[in-house]
Amino acid sequence: MGPRRGRALRRRLSATIIAGAFLLPNFLGFVIFTFGPVVFSLAASFTNWNLMKTVPLQWVGLDNFLKLMQSPDFHRYFVNTAYLMLGLPVAIAGSLLLAVILSQPLRGVVVYRTLFYLPSFTSGVALFILWKALYNPEFGPINQVLETLFDWAGLTSVKAPTWLTSTQNPLALAVEYAGFSPDQFGLGARDAIIIMGIWTAVGGGNLLLYLAGISNIPQDLYEAAEMDGAGACSKFRHVTWPQLAPTTFFIVVMSFIGGLQGGFEQARVMTLGGPAGTTTTLSYYIYVKAFEEFQIGYASAIAWILFIIIFAVTLLNWRFGSRYVNY
Amino acid sequence: MSITDTRKGQWWFRRGRFYTSHALLFLFALTTLFPFTWMVLASFKPLSEIRQTNPLPSEWHPENYTDVLNSKDISFKKYYFNSVFVAAWVTLLTCFTSSLAAYAFARMCWPGRDAVFKLYLATMMVPGVVTMIPNYTLMVQLHLLDSYLGLIVPASFSAFGTFLLRQFMLTISPSLDEAATMDGASHWRIYWDIILPLARPGLIVLSIFTFMGNYGSFFWPLVLIKSEHLRTLPIGMLYFDSIYGRQTNLIMAASVMNIVPLIVLFVVMQRHLVRGIQLGAVKG
Repeated sequence: MGPRRGRALRRRLSATIIAGAFLLPNFLGFVIFTFGPVVFSLAASFTNWNLMKTVPLQWVGLDNFLKLMQSPDFHRYFVNTAYLMLGLPVAIAGSLLLAVILSQPLRGVVVYRTLFYLPSFTSGVALFILWKALYNPEFGPINQVLETLFDWAGLTSVKAPTWLTSTQNPLALAVEYAGFSPDQFGLGARDAIIIMGIWTAVGGGNLLLYLAGISNIPQDLYEAAEMDGAGACSKFRHVTWPQLAPTTFFIVVMSFIGGLQGGFEQARVMTLGGPAGTTTTLSYYIYVKAFEEFQIGYASAIAWILFIIIFAVTLLNWRFGSRYVNY
Repeated sequence: MSITDTRKGQWWFRRGRFYTSHALLFLFALTTLFPFTWMVLASFKPLSEIRQTNPLPSEWHPENYTDVLNSKDISFKKYYFNSVFVAAWVTLLTCFTSSLAAYAFARMCWPGRDAVFKLYLATMMVPGVVTMIPNYTLMVQLHLLDSYLGLIVPASFSAFGTFLLRQFMLTISPSLDEAATMDGASHWRIYWDIILPLARPGLIVLSIFTFMGNYGSFFWPLVLIKSEHLRTLPIGMLYFDSIYGRQTNLIMAASVMNIVPLIVLFVVMQRHLVRGIQLGAVKG
């Protein structure tokens, strides 16, 4: 080895050491609090680990997963999680509509945009507590407004929904102790959470993404469409919508991933998963199993099932996302 | 059809679209504002008027707010302090660790860099609940349950932050580093004196996200904190709601006080935020 190559090697080695020093603080934290825990929780999901130490720690193989597959609770909470995600397409469509309106040269656009972003920015425990009061069947303003409307319209037999204490649902999913009663529109706790979720999400990050997407559409596409005599609707169908496909794809994937993990705060703050377990989502179920019953192994197994679904969606995103991005 | 006819038609069409747009925006603004308005008005009412349908309080009761702040059952001021204290530390540490790592990813060449970066990206999609459980047991082992350290340290290493700042740093021209290296500047000097100041917009965005996220953080403090004096605002709010649940006016006053700092932050930082959200969605 000549002296020159030796020096170059030494320089590369010292550059690597310096890079390592820059990376180290973050990398250590990453390994200890993210990467390590991922591996650890996979291992835990194959054990009967219980923090209350009622049973000796044992490797139980796929037992947790098999038990989950046969558990009616798990199925119900899975359905609940999926049910709450029914609001996502509505929220996304709402964001798109608002974005189209807000990208016109109108007065007050910035004020509106700021205002619409407020719910998602302040979202959290305080807003959930607020909505709990809004939905209150005795004094909540939502039912006050509804009842005033019913009185005014002369509908005496119609009752307003009891929202967070009701197990009703418009899909008439079978829930114990619950039927479908049309005089309350069949609306129950899950629908209340969906409506609140739409209110929060419509003006949030998705609206901003759509606004950015629309501002990136080349103006000459619209001019060409106008030449061909396209009206507003057909311009939307043939220019805006296809040009926004990558944005929509990204938003749908992200909302789906978020929705699968959602519902924990709402359940903990507003309903404690009730009534009759109708607002218990998978993430709330994991919380109950891990931090109230201390069944770490079982809870890790549920978390991993969630992770596997999310991983599959992400793979689809990588596989097909690029197809939409290259227009 | 003559030309004037079409023009007239278009004019009507434009007017129609103009009015429909404004009507829709106005309607949506009302829907957005209604819950907030009710919250603020309810927070100034006496308890007896919560049940009544009059929208405005007959008498304004600002003392609801001081009642909450000086309540003997809860220490709201302490919750405020804890939330801001924890969020500020996490923000500071996150910005520091993320920007160092981002510098290594964006401005330095070393073997295995892209592989490590892919590992970072891959873990960004791991649901929080997966890592939450092992982290909790780790805190039990380290005796960090029920402590500020337990709230701050695990939250201070962000893969997302590293990703976001790397994107920002990649946009800075490499000729700057080369010139500085020629002048004999060390990597630390380049990082501290050149790259960090230029990555300021990215740091601002990351700071806002991190601060907000930790100010409102719920799951982690909920499982970690047991003592009253360590409760953060969301946990304190939950506790307050459980013991004062029937006193809606006080609960609403507490909620208003909870979200006012967020609204102020938002209004002040709006410009940066909008850009940040749009940048965060750009895939690397």
